[in-house]
Amino acid sequence: MAAPPSPVISANALDLTFQTGDGPVQALKDVALEIDKGDFVSFIGPSGCGKTTFLRCIAGLEQPTGGTLSVNGMTPDAARRARAYGYVFQAAGLYPWRTIAKNITLPLEIMGYTKSDQAARVERVLELVELSGFGGKYPWQLSGGMQQRASIARALAFDADILLMDEPFGALDEIVRDHLNEQLLALWARTEKTICFVTHSIPEAVYLSTKIVVMSPRPGRISDVIESPLPKDRPLDIRDSAEFIDIAHRVRDGLRAGHGDDV
Amino acid sequence: MRKLAPILMVIAALLALWYAAVPVMNIKETVTQLERGGAQVVPSSAQERRDAGHFGLVAKNSFAIPATYAQERPRLPAPHQVAAELWDSTIAKKITSKRSLVYHGWITLSATLMGFAIGAGLGILLAVGIVHSKVMDKSVMPWAIVSQTIPIIALAPMIVVVLYSIGLQGLFPKAVISAYLSFFPVVVGMVKGLRSPERAQLDLLKTYNASASQGFWKLRLPASMPYLFASLKIAIAAAMVGAIVGELPVQGGGLGNRMLTGSYYGQTIQIWSALFAAAILAASLVALISAIQRGTLKRMGLA
Repeated sequence: MAAPPSPVISANALDLTFQTGDGPVQALKDVALEIDKGDFVSFIGPSGCGKTTFLRCIAGLEQPTGGTLSVNGMTPDAARRARAYGYVFQAAGLYPWRTIAKNITLPLEIMGYTKSDQAARVERVLELVELSGFGGKYPWQLSGGMQQRASIARALAFDADILLMDEPFGALDEIVRDHLNEQLLALWARTEKTICFVTHSIPEAVYLSTKIVVMSPRPGRISDVIESPLPKDRPLDIRDSAEFIDIAHRVRDGLRAGHGDDV
Repeated sequence: MRKLAPILMVIAALLALWYAAVPVMNIKETVTQLERGGAQVVPSSAQERRDAGHFGLVAKNSFAIPATYAQERPRLPAPHQVAAELWDSTIAKKITSKRSLVYHGWITLSATLMGFAIGAGLGILLAVGIVHSKVMDKSVMPWAIVSQTIPIIALAPMIVVVLYSIGLQGLFPKAVISAYLSFFPVVVGMVKGLRSPERAQLDLLKTYNASASQGFWKLRLPASMPYLFASLKIAIAAAMVGAIVGELPVQGGGLGNRMLTGSYYGQTIQIWSALFAAAILAASLVALISAIQRGTLKRMGLA
């Protein structure tokens, strides 16, 4: 069991049932998954399949009602308190009263980094997301894509080696999204982080991931896990290759099978 | 200038309406006076005049219209009479004079500012408590609402009497009444403001393992600023009303006192000029808060 490399995130028989006014809703049922260090894992599936809920469980923002889940060998809550991950939400959620640099400083202030360390880190992550020179701007002065990049920089500013991303590019148009996907891959290659990425888009999932987790709804569960054979170095036109189309096809089949269950 | 034009239009319309109303309101007394002075008025018997309509009297005694604008104790003073009295009692009088509106205005202003400071401070503290404590949310808010349903005019004398009995008089009781009216909008606005951050923003702070006080200072408080200023503007106007009401039962001067003595002696011009002084003062205070709001929000990058 202790064979290296041990998984960074490990879920076993994970269940989560929400008690709602209309009775219990099973958001996650019997979810088992291992994510290794340096993996880029995409979660894809229709609304209500539990992909965001699973991400929030990893982040310690939801409490599973059954099964086990460990992050860096700890409980998710301990991992949250140890600041093991950076979380990127669908909305950039930048504070309008802070400049971009000050927004990125926010987690550093909270975690008690020194002033000089803060400045150095802000510089570094701004460069990483190609926003150097924009530190003094306010969020409203930036486009939606740039705001989302700033929010990624904010998640990268402290030394978490896991990046949890909940449909970060969902509200952006396709051209911006392509560009950000390319940037994200480059960033992942440079930082060697473990990334969990929730998305609605099949091409996005296939293009980015080393592992694609296909999920289906009612109850939310994993219907397929695809290890991508694509090379780590991926130009955008890899999306026209036969391999890419094959994987996309398998994802689509997985989604359709999951959907067929409740029709 | 283009912003000013509609405002001037409204003022002109109000003035026109006011001038048109003056003869109608004052005609009975004016005609009676003129008759005593030997003029021929229609109808000539006092009894018939008593039962006659105001509009009819104006129509039949059109020669009396100029006189309606120059009554010493008119039922409705004309705008220029009020303006003259305002000028006379602010610029022309020494400000230490008991008949100076600047003197009385200062008394009201100091009670207003003190009450506003107490009310706004208390309102902010209560809002912080309500947002952070379930018990306070459930217990304080209903009482805050109930407190505002009691007519202040009934409560004010009791506050004055109770505070007097424990040796407090002068400025402080008026400030308490004024704080009583001004804390409420601050509580309501500030609670809304402190709760304005979205779920995702609170979750984000949770992922940083931020403490509650960090969440307050870095997220909730800055996010509440636009709401706070909106309610401060209402609060300072309410504080002014409170101070004026607080001046009615005491003999310490102030615009409220000026209005009350005016009504004792039928000095309508005095009442109206005190009323306008209060309105101008309140408008200036609201404008002052607006200016602070603009400055603060601009510095925060919010405007």
